[in-house]
Amino acid sequence: MGAELIEVIPWETLRERVAARRGQGCRLVQISATRLGSQVELTYSFDLSGWLDHLRVVLPGPETRLPSITGIYGCAVLYENEIKDLFGVEVDGLALDFHGNFYRTRVPRPFGNVATECVFVPPRGGAAVPPTPEN
Amino acid sequence: MATTVIPFGPQHPVLPEPVHLDLVVEDERVLEARPSIGFVHRGLEKLAETKDFVEFTYVAERICGICSFIHAQTYCQAIESLLHVAVPPRAAYLRTIWGELSRIHSHLLWLGLMADAMGFESLFMHSWRVREKVLDLIEATTGGRVIFGSCKIGGVRRDIDAEAGASILRELEGMEADLHRITKVFLDDSSVKSRLCGVGVLTTAQARDLGCVGPTLRASGVAQDTRQEGYAAFGDIRVEPVTRTAGDSYARCAVRCEELFQSVDIIRRAFARLPGGPVEVKVTGNPSGEVIARTEQPRGEVIYHLKATGTKFLQRFRVRTPTFANLPALLSVLPGCELADVPVLILTIDPCISCTER
Repeated sequence: MGAELIEVIPWETLRERVAARRGQGCRLVQISATRLGSQVELTYSFDLSGWLDHLRVVLPGPETRLPSITGIYGCAVLYENEIKDLFGVEVDGLALDFHGNFYRTRVPRPFGNVATECVFVPPRGGAAVPPTPEN
Repeated sequence: MATTVIPFGPQHPVLPEPVHLDLVVEDERVLEARPSIGFVHRGLEKLAETKDFVEFTYVAERICGICSFIHAQTYCQAIESLLHVAVPPRAAYLRTIWGELSRIHSHLLWLGLMADAMGFESLFMHSWRVREKVLDLIEATTGGRVIFGSCKIGGVRRDIDAEAGASILRELEGMEADLHRITKVFLDDSSVKSRLCGVGVLTTAQARDLGCVGPTLRASGVAQDTRQEGYAAFGDIRVEPVTRTAGDSYARCAVRCEELFQSVDIIRRAFARLPGGPVEVKVTGNPSGEVIARTEQPRGEVIYHLKATGTKFLQRFRVRTPTFANLPALLSVLPGCELADVPVLILTIDPCISCTER
């Protein structure tokens, strides 16, 4: 644990690099997404004999579709649906698409672009007060 | 023959938590299982944006009501790594002891639920009777039964004095005898074997490809246990992964049974080597940087991915729980099974849905 060794790669080469990891016998440990303004940063973690190794891609904007790796690691289907539901990232070639119904969130795409996409749902019977850092 | 879709869950006697499966069946045989989760999504990852990193320890502990302590421990380890804080050795040992007590109570909970799913009521009651003793030990040392509130950034909040330690070791003696009696039934009883042997087989290759973790992975012959990385006191107390090779439900049960004794042994060794000194260090400053921390929960490896920018709020808090990693394995073993085996197969991965949904 500590400073992570993360290799940043172009998103266009993602499938090829993940396929190479699969060829080495790596286990897909996780896919983690982080919202950075209009960009989404995705970290793919792999385990080989107890060693963690990470690949990172940055999707430049909402118009970029994430290439699915479900053809390489079938178990990625849950991670990719999660990223789609929480971050609003569209995924190309998803083996099983829940069409945004994987998680039942009250706020659609809660980690999406907050300024344009976050919808505030007032509490039942309560006043429609827009959310602020205090409430 | 015509196929039928049977909705299984989200409310079902065998499910302690809500998960839904659409089972496509032909006669009594399952052809396909379509999952649906998200009934109890709590948005805890999003909450990290409005709770400061110290306060968030309490939230991390509440991700799960069973492996609560190890969630808090993993979160604290990740923050300590970002802050370059080394916890005192005694705190590391105490974390190990409470973590292993959590593992025993979690595995006993699972054994009870599995016995209940098989209709073996007396075995269920005995498993939970022994689990109660573990909860009593946890309550005596932390004040809580499932939410300990004992882990903090920089160490632990409470100490275990020599008298309490001796009492725990005495209690473990009696408990170990109980565990031998219970696990003997799980491993030798013909009715249990008939429900578990050869059911839901995952080969070594499948377990790897599907990203399985914990007892589900080890029951398929992969000797991998995150405790081997040496976090907390596991640098001094070495752990050999418990494995089986059959990859069926019985093998997964056998791994958990053996891990009970392994945890008892770890607690004994931890008390034998428990160093003196403080149990916490003062922590100042805000975290900055990125860390991916992992520990071994009762259900398997948990991953914490934290990003911080030097403020008191984390930029990103992400958890990949063991059940999330084991769900593809569940969906893989269901097709081809008998409808009556579905509850057993669901339980065989020891699902924790509240963990998974966060």
